[in-house]
Amino acid sequence: MSDTAPVILVIEDEPQIRRFLRATLGSQGYTLLEATTAQEGLSEAASHPPDIVLLDLGLPDMDGLEVVQRLREWTTVPIIIISARGQEHDKVAGLDAGADDYLTKPFGVAELMARVRVAMRHANRTLNDGADSVFKTGDLEVDLAHRNVRVGEKEIRLTPIEFKLLGLLVKHAGKVLTHRQILKEVWGPNYAEESHYLRVFVHQLRHKLEADPAKPKYLVTEAGVGYRLRTE
Amino acid sequence: MEDKRPDPEALLDRANAEELRQKRGRLKIFFGASAGVGKTYAMLEAAKARKAEGADVVIGVVETHGRKETEALVNGLEILPLKSIEYRGATLREFDLAGALARRPRIILIDELAHSNAEGSRHSKRYKDVAELLDAGIDVYTTVNVQHLESLNDVVAQITHVSVRETIPDAVIEQADEIELIDLPPDDLLRRLKEGKVYVPSQAERAAANFFRKGNLIALRELALRCTAERVNRQVQSYREEQSIKSMWPTADRILVCVSASPLSERLVRAGRRMAAGLGAEWFAVSVETPAQVNMPERDRQQLKHNLGLAAQLGAEVLTLQGASMVSEILLYATRRNITKIIVGKPTRSRWLDRLFGSPVDELIRQSGDVDVYVIKGDAETSSQVRRLPEQHPVPGANYAWAIGTVALSTALCWPMFHEYHFERSNLIMLYLLGVVVIAARLGLGPAIVTSVLGVAAFDFFYVEPFYTFAVRDSQFFVTFLVMLAVSIVISSLTSRIQRQAGVASVRERRTAALYSMTRQLSSTRGMERLLQIAVQHVSEVFESDVVGLMPDADGRLLVRAGNEKFPFSPRERSVAQWVFDLGRPAGMGTDTLPAAEAMYVPLMATRGPVGVLGVHPARPSRLLTADQIQLLEAFASQAALAIECDRLADEAQKAQVEAETEKSRSTLLSSVSHDLRTPLASITGASSSLLEENRLPEAARRELLETIHEESARMTRLVANLLEMTKLEAGTKMKKEWCPLEEVVGGALTRLEKTLRDHPVTVKLAPDLPLVPQDVILMEQVFTNLLENVVKYTPTGTAVDISAIVENNEVRVDVADRGPGLQSGDEKKIFDKFYRGKGAGASRGAGLGLAICRAIVEAHGGKIWAENRVDGGAVFRFTLPLKGEKPVTEQLPEVQVS
Repeated sequence: MSDTAPVILVIEDEPQIRRFLRATLGSQGYTLLEATTAQEGLSEAASHPPDIVLLDLGLPDMDGLEVVQRLREWTTVPIIIISARGQEHDKVAGLDAGADDYLTKPFGVAELMARVRVAMRHANRTLNDGADSVFKTGDLEVDLAHRNVRVGEKEIRLTPIEFKLLGLLVKHAGKVLTHRQILKEVWGPNYAEESHYLRVFVHQLRHKLEADPAKPKYLVTEAGVGYRLRTE
Repeated sequence: MEDKRPDPEALLDRANAEELRQKRGRLKIFFGASAGVGKTYAMLEAAKARKAEGADVVIGVVETHGRKETEALVNGLEILPLKSIEYRGATLREFDLAGALARRPRIILIDELAHSNAEGSRHSKRYKDVAELLDAGIDVYTTVNVQHLESLNDVVAQITHVSVRETIPDAVIEQADEIELIDLPPDDLLRRLKEGKVYVPSQAERAAANFFRKGNLIALRELALRCTAERVNRQVQSYREEQSIKSMWPTADRILVCVSASPLSERLVRAGRRMAAGLGAEWFAVSVETPAQVNMPERDRQQLKHNLGLAAQLGAEVLTLQGASMVSEILLYATRRNITKIIVGKPTRSRWLDRLFGSPVDELIRQSGDVDVYVIKGDAETSSQVRRLPEQHPVPGANYAWAIGTVALSTALCWPMFHEYHFERSNLIMLYLLGVVVIAARLGLGPAIVTSVLGVAAFDFFYVEPFYTFAVRDSQFFVTFLVMLAVSIVISSLTSRIQRQAGVASVRERRTAALYSMTRQLSSTRGMERLLQIAVQHVSEVFESDVVGLMPDADGRLLVRAGNEKFPFSPRERSVAQWVFDLGRPAGMGTDTLPAAEAMYVPLMATRGPVGVLGVHPARPSRLLTADQIQLLEAFASQAALAIECDRLADEAQKAQVEAETEKSRSTLLSSVSHDLRTPLASITGASSSLLEENRLPEAARRELLETIHEESARMTRLVANLLEMTKLEAGTKMKKEWCPLEEVVGGALTRLEKTLRDHPVTVKLAPDLPLVPQDVILMEQVFTNLLENVVKYTPTGTAVDISAIVENNEVRVDVADRGPGLQSGDEKKIFDKFYRGKGAGASRGAGLGLAICRAIVEAHGGKIWAENRVDGGAVFRFTLPLKGEKPVTEQLPEVQVS
């Protein structure tokens, strides 16, 4: 798959946005498939399985959330949601339904490319899972296999839950994780609504990992959505 | 010249009356001196004529009494079916009001206006049915005989010796739009009677024989003609009024009739009505409630209510005064209302009583000054109604026993004084008088008089020679006895009068206090339902009743909005309440309309019509249904109605103000938006067009143009986002509060503004004991973002920004401080207003929304935001967030302690 140019399916009804995406992604070496409605997008995805789906939430013919669910019925292809600001609720619903990441309109090329790269990396990693158990970004180094965390030269001691939390973020490095997703993974499904638990732990984790916890470099807050471990 | 101009108030009255008349149906009365003159016939003929003109005429109820000519006229007119009403086993056929209202003809014929409906009908009287038809905009033709007129009722009875029970208020006739007198000379009538053309019920033939005597008929004819003539006279008057012929007006008389609980007061009322009608005067019927009447017997209470009700029906303004003295209260009222004539009843009690106690009528005449006093035969004076106050002496027998005991005690005390110490007899008398005073003060007049008489007797028996007989040797003692008796009676009457005054004062005070306490509570309350609840609560306390408050929904249907669950609110009761609301008149128990209802319903009448209905279901109906209690209830209702209306008006005013402000802010928004959007659009359009058209631009220039486009579009994005945010906040977006560390929110904003803040070093100092803060994280991040962007806009590059937070008085206080030029004085408040831009370097860059958004968000959190200058230079923006609400349990967090 890596031999040919990666295929990106854009499901978006606004022609101007499609044009911008076509120009940007095309110049970066991606092959673009375009769909203007949800129906068209779904059949396109089935007939020409893409490597990434860029899905606009405000489609005229179908709720974006439903499109995510329909796609997830049969494919694990990375889905990046595109939505306007103020639709935090829809974004979270989309992410919880199985979308991988989101972009808020208006977005720049850099942001778009970063999301696409992260999505591509995660899609490829699933193929050779566990190959690299040591994660590095900036001064932060996490050895998942040996449960070892360092910031620069300093070794950091974490509680089991803190390590579990950090480990989850590392596994999805660069990708946004919703509160609910993290709570379910770390504490179990019964704690899915207790977002203040998570906040307290993230707070503690930042104080251990970040140089200035009020200006986090690694553990970034996505307001109203969740957290992201920044990789670049 | 100017004087001839019509009085504008009078013109307005006429215009209003005209308007009301146009909405209401027109009432035409065929008026006659007695049965048999041909009223029904004339009515049917008139109806036929209208029908021929194409009007929609139906017969509601017409009695043809089997007469051929009349029946012939009925043919060809639609007849509404009558309603059957079961009454004591018999089936009565009555006019169907509901059916007629549903049919809604243009004109309806209703015979015999004075008819009383069978029990179980909506109204007890047919004229009330007619009033409802008129209210519904239906024209009514009807017939009336002169003997049925309320004010002439007694005159007719005097002439004919037949008392007519079915009467109609004169107001009904006065409000008629047209009256047609059907006149037949008595001889012709008698001839028709002989020919059997006049219907007479068989069982009443003998009475009828008495009634239809020539003398009677002449007198009745005269009455009918005079009545019609008076009406014509009034029309002439109102014509003059219109034409401004003022000079012929007599000064308006105002007549006051003193009404008591005596059945004879009815005559006074009728006399008052006749005098008022004759003079074209306003008139008042007044009863004075003296302390002695507070507990008047039920029978008298009913009679008084009846008398006042009659006066109201005859068009008087009715009211009950309270006071110790009838005469002074009446005169006070007379002066206040510019009464010119007072009508009182002629006293019936014997002259010696008057000589002894003084006669209220004499007193009235003496003190009346300019007011004429008319004394009319037949009324017993109110003072004859004086009764004891049983409240203070619940067992009269016991009171008299106390009286006897007191005399016995005085006698016993006098014994040693007289026989051992040989005191003067005058001292003994003093002791007896003391007993009288005590009894009068405690138990009222009756026992006090008994004490007086017994005291004199005992004094004579024990202490006047010869002892132990009532015989008197020395005749000077007769003087002693008389003076002693007189003094004790005067003392006892004075003392008991003071007692009664105190009683009246306390009753009045209680009522005033009750009304005042409701009014006070109403005035300090907002919200219609709360107001209604307060009214219901007070009415139910004061009147010892179960009370409900009803208010209409959007469709005008009444719903219970406040009240007692015990209130018997059946669908039937609901329909009574609805009627009261629709027509704005009281009904139900104790009234003439739907009296079979379980409760009494009074409308909450505000100035613009009824706003609701109060239903009152008294625990003891006899206590509520007195005239003064009903008056008090109406006072409560009108206070409540006014409060509710005020509240409504305040709401409307507020809404109007909000609308005006919205309108203002909308126009500010439009002008601001059009400016702020146009500027970046112009740059973008310019830059992009030169990029497209100029191919030979140097690379540096191309880059600069591209940067312009990028920056300007970012600016537009921000503006649009701010506008959206503001709109959402103003629409009252629901906040989603979560317990979150402040650090996370600050961090979120700093991450978002990483690039913007490139040239401003930010230090964050959050107190280590800072707890979780309940907040909408997205909105709070917006607050920090806006504050920081604001700093960047207004301070030179390279200056520092300090963010700090502490806990203070159960709230978190956050400071965002800069090292810029500071705020200009006067700007501290204004900068938080919408579209206000500070004066400074960055001023032209924003839309003036950022800080307004901050304020809206902080205030939505229950906090405050303000700005001030720092002592050592720069400005600081401060806001607080309350730490209210139940804190989430973090202690139970799995292994939170392990750290």
